[in-house]
Amino acid sequence: MKTGAKILIEGLQREGVETIFGYPGGVVLPIYDELYHSSLQHILVRHEQAAAHAADGFARASGRVGVCLATSGPGACNLVTGIATAYMDSVPIVAITGQVPTSLLGNDAFQESDITGITLPITKHNYLVKRTEDLGHVLREAFFIAGTGRKGPVLIDIPKDVSNKPIEYEFPEQKQVSLRGYQPTVRGHAKQIDKAVEMISEAERPVIYAGGGVINSDASQELVALAETLMVPVTTTLMGLGAIPCDHPFNLGMLGMHGTRYANYAVTECDLLIGIGVRFDDRVTGKLDTFAPHARIVHIDIDPAEIGKNKKVDIPIVGDVKSVLQDMLAKIQKKKAYDKWLSRIKGWKEKYPLSYKKDGTLRPQFIVEQLSGLLKGDGIIVSEVGQNQMWTAQYYCFRKPRTWITSGGLGTMGYGFPAAMGAHFACPDEVVFDIAGDGSFQMNIQELSTVATNKIPVKVAILNNRFLGMVRQWQELFHDRRYSYTELPPVDFVKVANAYGVEGIMVESCEEVLPALKAAIETDGPFVIDFRVEREENVFPMVPAGAAINEMIGS
Amino acid sequence: MKPHTLSVLVENKAGVLSRVSGLFSRRGFNIESLAVGTCEEPDMSRITIVCIGDDAQIEQVMKQLNKLIDVIKVSDLTDNERVERELALIKVAAEPGTSRAEIMQLATIFRAQIIDVASKTIVLAVTGDTEKIDAMEKLLRQYGIKELVRTGKIALLRGTKTVKSTK
Repeated sequence: MKTGAKILIEGLQREGVETIFGYPGGVVLPIYDELYHSSLQHILVRHEQAAAHAADGFARASGRVGVCLATSGPGACNLVTGIATAYMDSVPIVAITGQVPTSLLGNDAFQESDITGITLPITKHNYLVKRTEDLGHVLREAFFIAGTGRKGPVLIDIPKDVSNKPIEYEFPEQKQVSLRGYQPTVRGHAKQIDKAVEMISEAERPVIYAGGGVINSDASQELVALAETLMVPVTTTLMGLGAIPCDHPFNLGMLGMHGTRYANYAVTECDLLIGIGVRFDDRVTGKLDTFAPHARIVHIDIDPAEIGKNKKVDIPIVGDVKSVLQDMLAKIQKKKAYDKWLSRIKGWKEKYPLSYKKDGTLRPQFIVEQLSGLLKGDGIIVSEVGQNQMWTAQYYCFRKPRTWITSGGLGTMGYGFPAAMGAHFACPDEVVFDIAGDGSFQMNIQELSTVATNKIPVKVAILNNRFLGMVRQWQELFHDRRYSYTELPPVDFVKVANAYGVEGIMVESCEEVLPALKAAIETDGPFVIDFRVEREENVFPMVPAGAAINEMIGS
Repeated sequence: MKPHTLSVLVENKAGVLSRVSGLFSRRGFNIESLAVGTCEEPDMSRITIVCIGDDAQIEQVMKQLNKLIDVIKVSDLTDNERVERELALIKVAAEPGTSRAEIMQLATIFRAQIIDVASKTIVLAVTGDTEKIDAMEKLLRQYGIKELVRTGKIALLRGTKTVKSTK
């Protein structure tokens, strides 16, 4: 006889799960009782939101499904932001929540919330399991759905009596799950690929626009091969950073609102845009009518609903990016020289490099550059959301996929620190840095306790400007410097870290940056650096909301 | 912008209707009518949805519906030969006297059934396409409609063609 809880834990292990992130409570007591003598590692977070973000960070760093666990009601509700974050960025996680016993469902029982209802719009799918007998196959389906096609979060809600009930249960043989309502297209349509190849051969000024789909599909190699075979420049979205090495000659860096000038100019001037694993998000396109106005568009994506959603496409190719690119590479024969186009782009690159003022003041961009130089493409960089995120995206040289972890679509402040914890469990031998702002860090600062207790060696670099910097920047530029509720009081983060048992250091000058970063890396455990940076530094270049992407302000 | 009739085959499971209807409200799509019921397969249901939008919007509606795990098949019947029916039950004021006879005459013309007769009211059941029911309703207004209820539209393709699970 096995209880539902035992089936759950065994089922997780059969899916290859080794670590889960969670927080106990009343209705998950049977599950926690099972965890008590299980070999499954459970990391106790200090807030359920952090469990969801940690599962997400684990998934992004590893490419595997991350798992989090919370109790009913408030526990489940606290997962919501984390689940929505994973949904927006197509990250595979399975969130398990306890629920009140089936006899009390719908009764407004203690700590009851309709979490399947609440998460309906932010999960790829969700389940309320009403019979212990269903638990095994629901878990199997959940992992299958989360980790295939366009990946995403799946929630499983388990009432207490379902996890408590013992039944006769043997796991069926592991075979491929088959769902009649879910059959993602993996192979791209051969004729569409032919058409795309032909269109590429006709182009004079092509640009590849690559996004998170390339990372999710583990297709970086194919992307670089395509760029090199065609001799075509590549710009990536925020989510696509790392898909092509930053210092690759064909890399144009990020495009969009805080993209490089040369990337935005190239997209505006190109006559063929090859979108790969992207969704033409408003932060990328700016004003839609003026986005790539001269270009024919090829769009490769696993999700048919993304094709034509925002921008009309000439050649849609539905399929897994890796598979489509492999098929495409096999079909590309003649190489065309785009010398004129490439030299024009080179001219923009030379004329409009990313730059900031180097006057000895401690500026955030300098810190990111120093860290980038120190790690040389090793390690995993996680960010919070806001200016810290954009400076990292601009100034950190990413060389490999899955080394850049950030909340792109939802833009969740407080994401970085717990996601960094998750990334550590995915890649325990890598240095993991969370590049934070003082605002974002304080949104999940309680996790200092988790990293201290579990000796999770996450390093936090706080770009402390005592502002909610990105909002302040908008207030400066568009609201006549009325800094409405964006100034934060000073916090001594070293003292806070020390109080939790975490080492830390404060840095106030440029000379101290490198030694502090080295000290952080050399310390075995977690480490916090409180960088007191220039307070009113702005992220430039910038495309004002709703403007065309070639209408940028700042350099 | 024209009304489209979508036939949606779904798993017959708890919560499927809220997944479908939630998607419409969340993404800002308009539902004109929706009818759901069991179908020829015991473990599936068929939903007929009438929604208004341009071609790009309808394409997006169908793609988003297809993404739902519990949705098995989505078909747009709009440009196909099809049969469509709605049902309305209409309770009309009918004091004994001339109006009662007139209402019964109208019912005959519209092939409506009189399914309840009471001292002051008559209930008519009328089936047909949307226009026919609209016309009937308009004509009955002069007598005083006490209560009216309509189902959403249901539709099938004409001939041998069907909307079925591909498996």
